[in-house]
Amino acid sequence: MAFEVPKETTDSRIREVVLGTGDVKVGGENVLPFYLWEGEMPKRPLIAVEIYDDSPSDWAEAVAGPLSEVLSDPVAWAKKAQAEWGADLILLRLKSTDPKGDDKPGVEAAKTAAAVAEAVTIPVIVYGSEDVEKDGEVLKAVATACEGKNVVMGPAKEDNYKTIGAAALGYNQTVAAKSPIDVNLAKQLNILLSNLGVDVGKIIVDPTTGALGYGLEYTYSIMERFKIAALRQDDSMTQMPLLADVGTEAWKAKEAKAPAADEPQWGDEMKRGVLWEILTATSLLIAGADVIIMRHPEAIKTVRKVIDSLKG
Amino acid sequence: MALSGLDIFKLLPKTNCGDCKLPTCLAFAMKLAGGQAKLEDCPHVSEEAKEALADAAAPPVRGVVIGQGAKEFKTGEELVLFRHEKRFVNPTGMGVLVSDSMSDDDLKAKVDQVNADSWDRVGQHIEVKLVALKCESGDAGKFKDFVGKVSGMTDCALMPMTEDVEVMKAALEVIGDKNPLLYCATAANIEAMGELAKEKGLPLVLKGDSLDSLAELSDKATGMGLKDLILDPGTRALKDTFEALIAIRRAALNAKFKAFGFPIIALPCEETDDIYLQGASAGIYIAKYADIVVLSEADAWLQYPLQVEIQNIYTDPQKPMAVDSKFYEIGSPGPDSPVLVTTNFSLTYFIVSGEVESSKIDAWLGIVDSEGQSVLTAWAAGKFVPDAIAKFINTSGIAEKVNHRKVIIPGYVAQISGELDEELPDWEILIGPREAADISAYLRNYVNQ
Repeated sequence: MAFEVPKETTDSRIREVVLGTGDVKVGGENVLPFYLWEGEMPKRPLIAVEIYDDSPSDWAEAVAGPLSEVLSDPVAWAKKAQAEWGADLILLRLKSTDPKGDDKPGVEAAKTAAAVAEAVTIPVIVYGSEDVEKDGEVLKAVATACEGKNVVMGPAKEDNYKTIGAAALGYNQTVAAKSPIDVNLAKQLNILLSNLGVDVGKIIVDPTTGALGYGLEYTYSIMERFKIAALRQDDSMTQMPLLADVGTEAWKAKEAKAPAADEPQWGDEMKRGVLWEILTATSLLIAGADVIIMRHPEAIKTVRKVIDSLKG
Repeated sequence: MALSGLDIFKLLPKTNCGDCKLPTCLAFAMKLAGGQAKLEDCPHVSEEAKEALADAAAPPVRGVVIGQGAKEFKTGEELVLFRHEKRFVNPTGMGVLVSDSMSDDDLKAKVDQVNADSWDRVGQHIEVKLVALKCESGDAGKFKDFVGKVSGMTDCALMPMTEDVEVMKAALEVIGDKNPLLYCATAANIEAMGELAKEKGLPLVLKGDSLDSLAELSDKATGMGLKDLILDPGTRALKDTFEALIAIRRAALNAKFKAFGFPIIALPCEETDDIYLQGASAGIYIAKYADIVVLSEADAWLQYPLQVEIQNIYTDPQKPMAVDSKFYEIGSPGPDSPVLVTTNFSLTYFIVSGEVESSKIDAWLGIVDSEGQSVLTAWAAGKFVPDAIAKFINTSGIAEKVNHRKVIIPGYVAQISGELDEELPDWEILIGPREAADISAYLRNYVNQ
C-alpha cells in the first residue's frame, strides 16, 4: 500500500519578533516545531546563554568548573559565550539586585546591563531578580541605560507589568511576559500588556519552566497547547514566540547536581547534569520554545547540534 | 474506530429471530455499540461481519508484549498525539545494545550496569527493560553462545538482532521460550523471518527503507497472519527519524492507516557515537511516539535522566503525581532540627525539599496527604486543613524524634494557625514563608534564634 505522509497546513503564523538592532529575529513559523514537511520555520530557535551579575558561588562543580574563569565577570562571560559557545543571545540576570541578597540599586545593575550589551554583538535579554517590586525599579533603570539597544527585558508579571511594560514602551525595548504555567494566565498578561500600549510584536512569552523531573510535563504541554492555539485556532494572543528558562531550572534539580559519591545509583554527576539540561532543553524545543536559556557549554553544544539537525 | 449502532446493524442478518434474547436486530446492534452485548450472543452472524466488527473494535495502535517475567513490558496502545488530551498509555521501553564481538569483561560490565539501571522515584519503579543482542560475527554458533550467555545474566527482555534467518533460529534454540523480540524482517527476508516468528509465536520488528516500503512490509506480514509487529522506519538520522515517527503515529491515529497501527522502535545507538547527542535524540523520540528506544550505553547518568523524562511525558495530565505521606529527612536531622509540613503534590514536595536542602539546614519535612494538590488548592478543597494536619502530626511519630514542639506551616495557609493551635495543643504553630524561594532565609533565621 503506498503511503503518503499526512500533512496539516495552516494560514496562521507565530509573530516574528526583532531582537536587538541587527537582523536577528525569532518566530515566524507556521508549523509545529520542526514539522518542516508541511510548512516552514524561517528562523531557527535561538539559544540564549545565561550569565549572572552576582558571581554565583553555590553552583555544582559540574557547571561551575567550565565557567570558573568568567563567573565573576559578566562582561567576560558574555564575550566568551558569544565567541566560544556560539550563543545566539545573552540572557543577563541581575541577581545582585535581589532584596533577599545583595540588594544593589537598579541603576548600578543597569550599568552592568549596558556594559554587557556593549561588549557583544548579539542581542541581549535582561532579567531582574524576579522580585516583583524591585524588578520594576531595576528594569526601569535598564530600559534607560540600554536605550537604543532594543533589549528584551523582564520578566513582566501580573503584579508589575505596568511598570515594566511602560519602561519598555518608553525606551522602545521588547518585553518578556511571565505567567505561572497556565495558558489562560499567559494570554491574559499579553492582553494586559497590549492594552497598556505594548506592541504585540514586541512580546515574548515565558510560560515558566519546570525542569526535567520537576514539572517539565506542565511546561511541555503548555507550550504545545500554545502552539496549537496559535496555529490551528489562529488565536492572536498565543502567537508570540515562547521562551524556555532551562539552565537555572535544570541545575536546581537535586538529581542534576548531587555528587555520585552521595548518590551512586545516579551515575557520573559531571555528565548527568549536562544531560539533565540537554533533555529539559530538547523536550521544550520540540514542544514549542523559540528561545532557550542555557548554561553549560557542553549542553549548549549538543542542543545546537539538535537544532542544526532538525532544521536541516 | 468504534462503529455506530446503525453501522453494526448493516452487518447483522436482519432476521429479528430473537435468539439473542432481544426483540430485533436493531436493538441488538444498539446494545452492541454501547458495549452492553457481545457479538457471540448472535448465533447467526457471518464470519465476514465478525471480522469487520473485530477490526472496528481494535485499538488504533496494537499493544505488544515483549519479554517474560519480572521485566516483561507492554508497548503500544497509544490513543493521542498530544499528552494534554489524554494520558500516554505504555511508557517507552528503554534498551541497551550489546554485541557478540564484545569481550567477556566488557559484556559483563555492561549487562551488570543494565541490571543496576533500576530506580524508585515518586512512588514509581523505573528501569531499563531490554537488551538488544547484535550479531556482528555472522556466525550462528557464536551468536547462539553469546545469546545464551546474556540470557543467563539478566531478566531483561531480549532482542536478538540479525537479518539471517538461520542465525536467528540458532539464537531461538536458547531463548525461544523467553518471548524475545525478533529484529528484524526486511523486504528481503520477510517470508522466512515472518514464518519463524509465526511458528514460535514471537513479536517481530519490520524494518523498511522508506515509509512506503515499511507499509508494504507491514501489509505483507499481516497477510501472513502475524499480529505482534513493531515498526522500524529504517531512518538513521535525527531529522529523518523525527519525521518518520510523527508520520507513522499520525497515520495510525488520524487516518486509521492500518499498516502503521503498531508500536515503533527507534535506534539512536545506530545514529551517532556522540553520546550526548544520542541521549538528546532518545529524549526527543520518547516525547514523539517511539515505543522502544535502544541506546549504545547503559550508564546510569544516561539512562536515569531518560527514565525521568519518560515518567514526566507519560504522567496523567488530569492526575497530579503525588509523593507518599510521611516525614522525610532532609540532610541528617536530629532532635533539634526544624519541623515543616506541606502537601503531597510532587512538585510542591520537590520544590520545598530542594529549597530546604539548599539552605544546608537539616530538617524534618512532613508531607500531608492532600490527594496530590498544591498548598492553596488543597486548602481550598479541604484537604490541607487543621484536623488533617493534626492527625498527620499525631500519627507520624515525629514527637518522639524531636525534643521541641514547633511546626512550621506554609505562609499561604497562615489563616489556619489558630485552629491548628487548638487541634495541636502541645505544639507551637509557626508561619513559614509563602514562597518556597524564601525558605532558605527563613530557616537560617530560625536556627539563629
